[in-house]
Amino acid sequence: MSVTEAGVRSTAIPRALVTKPRRSDQIFRVVVTSGGLSSLVILGLIFAFLAYRGIGVLQSEGLGFLTNSNWDVVEDENSNIISQDYGLAAMLVGTMLSASVAVVIGVPIAVMSALFLEFYAGRRIRNFLIALIDLMAAFPSILFGLWGFLVLMPSVEYWAKLLNKYFGWIPVFDVPAPVFTRSPFIAGVVLAIMIIPITTSISREVFSQTPLDRIQAAYALGATRFSMIRAVVLPFGRGGIVGGAMLGLGRAMGETVAVFTVLNIVYQVNWQVLFGAGGNIASLILLKFGEADKEEVNALMAAGLVLFLLTLVINGIANILVSRLGKTGR
Amino acid sequence: MTPQNLSQAPIAKPGRPWEPSRKEKGGKLVNLLLAIGIALLLYFFTGLNGKLGFFIAFFSSFLVVMFVAEYRRAGIPAAQDSVLTTVSRFAIAIAIIPILSILSTVIVKGWRGLHWGLFTQDMSQATVNDPIENGGMLAAIAGTSIMVGIALVITLPISILTALYLTEINGKFARPIRFLVQAMSGVPSIVAGLFILSSVVYPITGERTGLMGSLALAILMIPTVARTSEEVLLLIPNELREAGLALGATQWRTVAMVVVPAVKSGLVTAVILGIARVIGETAPILLVSGGGEATNLNPVSGPMGSIPYYVWKSFLLGGTEESSQRTWAGLLVLLVWVLILFSAARYISSRNQKR
Repeated sequence: MSVTEAGVRSTAIPRALVTKPRRSDQIFRVVVTSGGLSSLVILGLIFAFLAYRGIGVLQSEGLGFLTNSNWDVVEDENSNIISQDYGLAAMLVGTMLSASVAVVIGVPIAVMSALFLEFYAGRRIRNFLIALIDLMAAFPSILFGLWGFLVLMPSVEYWAKLLNKYFGWIPVFDVPAPVFTRSPFIAGVVLAIMIIPITTSISREVFSQTPLDRIQAAYALGATRFSMIRAVVLPFGRGGIVGGAMLGLGRAMGETVAVFTVLNIVYQVNWQVLFGAGGNIASLILLKFGEADKEEVNALMAAGLVLFLLTLVINGIANILVSRLGKTGR
Repeated sequence: MTPQNLSQAPIAKPGRPWEPSRKEKGGKLVNLLLAIGIALLLYFFTGLNGKLGFFIAFFSSFLVVMFVAEYRRAGIPAAQDSVLTTVSRFAIAIAIIPILSILSTVIVKGWRGLHWGLFTQDMSQATVNDPIENGGMLAAIAGTSIMVGIALVITLPISILTALYLTEINGKFARPIRFLVQAMSGVPSIVAGLFILSSVVYPITGERTGLMGSLALAILMIPTVARTSEEVLLLIPNELREAGLALGATQWRTVAMVVVPAVKSGLVTAVILGIARVIGETAPILLVSGGGEATNLNPVSGPMGSIPYYVWKSFLLGGTEESSQRTWAGLLVLLVWVLILFSAARYISSRNQKR
């Protein structure tokens, strides 16, 4: 009320506008808000239940669950458990390894494809290719898995041998024994093909947000398409590209069936991508689940918890990178 | 000038200076042929062999030929430009080839496994290695339809409420919820299966049934449907909402009578995309829905078959020609399903844009 000055004509006293929603609106808001909170609830429940089941194993194994790479249960003839030992190290390394191969192969292809779609292709071709790539994103993973097993594996094995022949002096491409089938490299190639659609569409989205005035300014200064892209598009879209790559990494780490069909799961830490031994947390769960008893299932739950947290962190960082870019760009 | 004169005057043909001249087109053709020639030479006289070998030879020779040609035409900047052009063209080719290969493999291999009994029989009387005429996918198709249907019923309210919260209320939780929905879309499918196993199957039902499969699928479906619905809701012009409020409607009436009807087809698209996302999910189905051979229409008791389970079993237990035919026929059915859903979604959303 201090706003009204004395001496001025008696104006109306300013009043605050207060709206009180009606009962129906109050109910509406409560219902919608509670529905909106469901994702929080579901994620919380996933964490809580996996932790509840897995906590026993995590406590008894301690940090060894992450650093040890044995996964075996010894039973006597009456199938009483004598000893059990659970460690995820080999699977963690394997997950990282195949997912990294996927990112190293898939992301450059995806980013280049996005550049082509956004700056090179004609409108018709562009729409057709985008539809095709979106369709690929909807293919079920079992399709990729079986196709990879049947069609891709023989030729990738041949590429792996070539890589080993000419680049074997690089430690990563070395193999302890000439076993090239079902290696993390093959799994990585299949995963690379699986993450190309999502990474392409995210990079394309980011590139399409590049301010048009800057693009035209670059052209007006006489830039070629290459120098325009290097000077304007890539600096603008860097965060988005990294975010898209990390989303792809998250997908690749959580993939189950496609990896299961092409990877030889071995409980041994293996850093050599071309060697036919590897692992993946998700496919370990699928492999062991069928024959697991109660305690082993709990160990698998703990493994699932590790995988869940891992993908959550990576996806979180990726989403922050992508969305932050979206804001500064506009 | 009279009109007659005007019509007789030679009309200048509109020029198209941006189009490549005949000489430039010819130059491009020559470059292409040159690159193919060099690639063939490399292919026959070096260690490169196979399709990949030719691809690499062609890629590198095309890169070099274009680089030299552009350098002679307009110097270093043009030559650099040609490198990016070539690389991005080859990248899109590499991205597209797997799609075509997958489509052709599934069609060619799945075609032989198709027979009418596929849709009228189940696998209760047959094993995967039996002749292909014995048994079929009835249990699998029925199971997948039921599971996806129930998952849809669970998903729809939750995801549309989430989308409405993000767009209509946009309260103080909007940012974290948007973040969480995106995080949820990255939850590995097998974790969804484990979650249903640990939270419902072990403590409550003790039995793996179709309903458990639906719950797991719903978790994977919610983020897809919620995000797509949010996107279509954001496209609704704010004037529409304001018009509703200005006519004296409450917010609830505005949303129910104005906003949601306006995005109806967008919501249908969201739902279709959600179905396409989960219809082929294999890992959670293998964990929680059991997987039955006989046709089971009851989602709350007994194991339920599904198409991914059918494919998976034929793949793992088989080894014979028949089992391989079954595998690929199953994948073909799955692929056709995805294709139909995908084209429906595109058709609806494109029809919407035209209006």
